[in-house]
Formats: sequence, C-alpha cells, structure tokens
Amino acid sequence: MINEAASKLAIEDAASAEVLVEVKNIKKYFPITKGLLNRTVGQVKAVDGVTLSIRKGETFGLVGESGCGKSTFGRVLLRLQSATEGEVLFKGRDIHSLGNQEMRKLREEMQIIFQDPFGSLNPRFLVKDIIGEPLRIHRSMSAREIDAKVVELMELVGLDANRRNRYPHEFSGGQRQRIGIARAIALNPQFIVADEAVSALDVSVQSQVINLLMKLQKELGLTFLFIAHGLNVVRHISDRVGVMYLGKLVEVAETEALFAAPLHPYTAALLSAIPKPTPRRIQDRIVLQGDVPSPANPPSGCRFHTRCPIAEEKCRQQEPLLEEAAPGRRVACHFPLLST
Amino acid sequence: MAEKLLEVRKLTAGFVTEKGLVRATDQISISVDKGQTVCLVGESGSGKSVTSLAIMRLIDYAGGMILEGNINFHGQDLATKKQEEMRHIRGNQIAMIFQDPMTSLNPVFTIGEQIAESLQLHQNKSGKEAMKIAIELLKLVGIPAPEIRAKQYPHELSGGMCQRVVIAIALACNPELLIADEPTTALDVTVQAQILDLLRKLQAELGMSILLITHDMGVAAEMADRIAVMYAGAIVEEGTVEEIFNHPSHPYTNGLMLSIPGFEGGRGGELYTIRGTIPPIGQLPAGCRFHPRCPQAMEVCRQQEPPNFMVSDDHRTACWLFKDHPAEADDRDEVRRA
Repeated sequence: MINEAASKLAIEDAASAEVLVEVKNIKKYFPITKGLLNRTVGQVKAVDGVTLSIRKGETFGLVGESGCGKSTFGRVLLRLQSATEGEVLFKGRDIHSLGNQEMRKLREEMQIIFQDPFGSLNPRFLVKDIIGEPLRIHRSMSAREIDAKVVELMELVGLDANRRNRYPHEFSGGQRQRIGIARAIALNPQFIVADEAVSALDVSVQSQVINLLMKLQKELGLTFLFIAHGLNVVRHISDRVGVMYLGKLVEVAETEALFAAPLHPYTAALLSAIPKPTPRRIQDRIVLQGDVPSPANPPSGCRFHTRCPIAEEKCRQQEPLLEEAAPGRRVACHFPLLST
Repeated sequence: MAEKLLEVRKLTAGFVTEKGLVRATDQISISVDKGQTVCLVGESGSGKSVTSLAIMRLIDYAGGMILEGNINFHGQDLATKKQEEMRHIRGNQIAMIFQDPMTSLNPVFTIGEQIAESLQLHQNKSGKEAMKIAIELLKLVGIPAPEIRAKQYPHELSGGMCQRVVIAIALACNPELLIADEPTTALDVTVQAQILDLLRKLQAELGMSILLITHDMGVAAEMADRIAVMYAGAIVEEGTVEEIFNHPSHPYTNGLMLSIPGFEGGRGGELYTIRGTIPPIGQLPAGCRFHPRCPQAMEVCRQQEPPNFMVSDDHRTACWLFKDHPAEADDRDEVRRA
C-alpha cells in the first residue's frame, strides 16, 4: 500500500517536474534524388512526427532497431541536423529558429557522446586538446587555466591526468569513451545526448562506463537522452523509455512499467527477443517475421501491421495515434495488450 | 557416452610480430560432441576468433601458426594436415560463418551463384544441379521467394537475410561441424532471435554440432550445452551451461555475469565492475593471467599459473581458489611437480 502510494506520488511528482526539452511533432525527411538533374523522387522519412518531453534531471531512454530513426532524432534534437518540420523547445526556446550566434551560445548547454570511441576522437589531437577544445572555443581561458580544467575533467571521469599529453590510439576503447565523456561535460552542459555510448564496449568495460555516467548525472545534475539498442542497458539507466519503430514513437512509459507489461505488440516482441542469461529457457518468445520495412515507403495504417502478430483490418487502414493509456503511459496501437 | 566429434588438446596458436612470437591462445582444450552446441565466451581480445581460425587452419593465411597441440576431428589431427587436405575438410565437413554478413558475401556475384559455387567446388555438381540445390537451401534457411532471391545481389538483401544466405552457403555440403563466429552480433535483437531460432532448428534437423563464439552471455545461455569462458588467450572455466550459470567458479566468469545490466532484474544501483582492462596479448602478467583484476587474488596467484581444477565432474576452472579440488587429468603431473 505504502509502496503504491509512493510510486503514484513519484509519477505525479515527475509529471510536475520541470521540462527541459520539449519536442513537438518533429519530422526529418531525407530526399531521394535521381538522374542528372537530381530530381527528388521520394523521401526517406527517418523521423516522422515525434512528440515527447524530457524532464530536467531524468534519463530518457530511446530504443528501437537500426534504421528506426533514433540517431537522427538525437541529432535533430541538438540541431546537428535541421528539422523538416516541428519544434524543439530547449528551456522554452525553439532551437531550430535561433540564429547562428545564439545557437552557438546554446550549444554549451547541450552536448553529445558518440558510439564509436575510435571514430569520434581526432587521431592527430593530443587528449588534452580534444578535451580542451570546447573550452578554447567557448571560454576565454588562458592555456594554463584550460590545462588545469582538463586535469580536473580527466580525474572526474577516472582517467590518469598524467596521460593528457598522449594521443587517442594509446588508450583502450573504454578509456577513449571516457575521453569523449570528459569532452562532453567540459562546458557544464545541462543536456547530453548519449548515442549508443556504451554499445561498442565489452560488458566488463561497459559496466564501468554506465556507472560513470550515472555518477556524473548525480553529481552534475545532468539530463540524458540515452539512445541505445541494448535493452538491458536502457533498463538499468533510464527513468522513462520511448520505443521507436520506423520513425515514430510507438510507446512511452516509466521504465519499470514498460518492462513489466509492455502495451504495444512491438515493444512486447522487442523485450521477448532479449536473450536472457538463464540457461536453456527460451520461454514463449514472440519471433517477429521479416524485416523492418523501408522508411522510404512505410506501410499504410499502423506501420507495424506487416509484422504484427495481432494485426486486424483496422490496422491496415487507420494509423493509430500515440495516446495516453494509463497515467504516464502513452501507446500508439488500436489493440494495446492488456496490462495485468 | 556421446561421440566426440572435435577434440582440441592444449592448442597454442600465435603470430610472429616485430616484438617476437606472440601467443594468442595458450593451451586451449575444448571438445564438441556430436549434435552438441559448445559456446566459446569472452570479451574482445580474449582469443576466441583465433581459436576458431586455428581449428579451421585458416590461421596460416592470417599470418599466424599453430605452435603446439592437437586438433582431433574424426580421429585425424587437423593441426598437422597439409592445406591441400584441409581444403577437402573445410566446407565439406567443417563450415564457418562470420560476424559481418555484408562483408562475407561477394558483392559482384548473385547469392545463388555464391551458394552454388561451394557445391560445384566441393561436391562436383553441375551448374544447373547446384543452382537447384541452392534454391532449396534458401528455402531451408527461411528466405521467401527463393527463386527470385537467388538472382539478386547481396546489397539487395537486409543484414538478417544476408546472414541467412551465409548460413545457407555453410550448410551447402552438409557439414558435421559448424563454427559460428559471432553470427548475430551485427544484427538487431529481433533479427538475432530469428537467426538463433534458425540455427537451433537446423541443428535439430541436420544433427550437426555447433561451435558458437559469442561475447553475449544471454546468447550463450540460450544456445549452449557447454560453455567455455576465455580470458586473455586461455580457457579459465569450462562446464555444462547449468554449471557455469548456476555455479560460476572463476572470479572472471563471476564478474562477467554480475556486470550484465538487468541480470539481477531491477534498475538503478551501481553495476558490478571488473576493474582495469584485459591485458594485450604478449604482455600477460606473471602467474594467473587474471590476478591484476581479480578481487580475490592471493599470493600464489601472482607467482604461479593455476592448473585446471575440477569443480565437479562436469566443470573445470583454472583458479587457485579451488586448489583443494582434484586437478584435471591432463594437469596432474604439473601439479605434482609444483
């Protein structure tokens, strides 16, 4: 009873918590061109109308299969790519309508950590230059001040600051990811997009980096958009989770509620596909047939109907909207699974 | 007693580098029974792939060599075979599938041609016959409209489809042993579930043995009859899947299991971590190779490499914590000398 009441309170609390990033019906289409004149013959609808809000201090996990548009979404959110349509409000201001000067100023507050710890660091920069670069650009600090800050940052992310005069190739994968994290937090940002930040790491190193991210969040009050395909990791780190399929959000819920009882058949299939570390127990798995359809030519009606085990005529014709199914839970399905 | 198909004994393989001889695997012993699935689990750099290349004798082409040990397959020692003889065994009796389906297929041949090639090469089938079997194989691995797909090129297929094609090529000559090196790592979970399902189904139908190499404990739990855990070039623990998961004995295996997020259910909290990183091959510490990262390291661990101790009849571990247990038969002399 007490637990129930407390969790209810927590949900209400969260609902009233300050919203840091608000995304309104964001779309990103990439043109498909053909021929000598580069005529546009179609569009890849990478992100096709996503609405969600990320609260201050929370970790919002975004999951989905490759090609579902989750990385594009993260990039549009930071205006690393322009949106085709829609708004991204960061602390109430639409970042896609800001001028370059203002945008540059705002970038101090929003940063990104990339997946590939090998490709995301310039191999010809010393580590101290990589971590110090945002400081050089955004702050008027002397070389000595920057150096002191680099030392502080490296210690914060668990790197030996004596190695700051070395090149990235001298570090292991996990250490490089720490360099990427130190660079991302150099300007004291409020919002960080972690795009598959731990996916390329081995389990034992992955757990070190996850612990580091959670520690930094607590100490620095960061807000994360955590994009990943590893559902176990997302479950561990996220407060709320959004599930994407073919450019659209199909379900948003508190992490525990989502993992306990998914409402969307796609979420259910995704969760049941995770191999569990329990020997020889392949319990009633929902194996989806076929592959994700092409985002250039998405199916009619509900985009998932071609692979959905419970699709009916209505699903082929009418697109379901992302609607509230329970407090704090939204699902886009005509026939949501029963929550028990 | 099940029939042993493959028995690798004390296999050491390595590479000659500028810095001298580097041992990528160190006295690996592993066996696969008929119809069994054995999983080789470990992190990157642990020597899993080198082990599989050595068994296939493909390591000769990768600039490496077998330094020591036997690979008994059907009573013949593959370690001393000539490459000419290996060519008959590879493809016919042992087949291999690799991690990245996109790069293991040739982009300028249709998938039908690529499957037919191995049939023509290994089984002297005519082109027409081979193509017919190729289409049947595509059907077997669950590719819809196989007649059309056979005429398509790899770029026209998705990653999951390509991996099915790679499996079809591997199965073309009915191998008795399939070595699968991270076959689902490049795929999404829902597609991974399809491919693992397919491998299980094919194994039941064709009765082949599988040596599955993976870094994912979940995949191993699902597929394996036996699991061998590799660390820095050596097998540190080996046993039935139940033994390994219910009684993980080596501190490395234990740490690996505890580091999996969500293993204990729930979220939040700090994850267990194994401190430090895997040492590069060629720079192994003295004594037990895991001791600098081991939370339970003792004095003996720093000085002497542990032999294999039997945790139970079906479960061995190379850790001094089990020194009161009997040593494995192969290691008894060594222990007596120590």
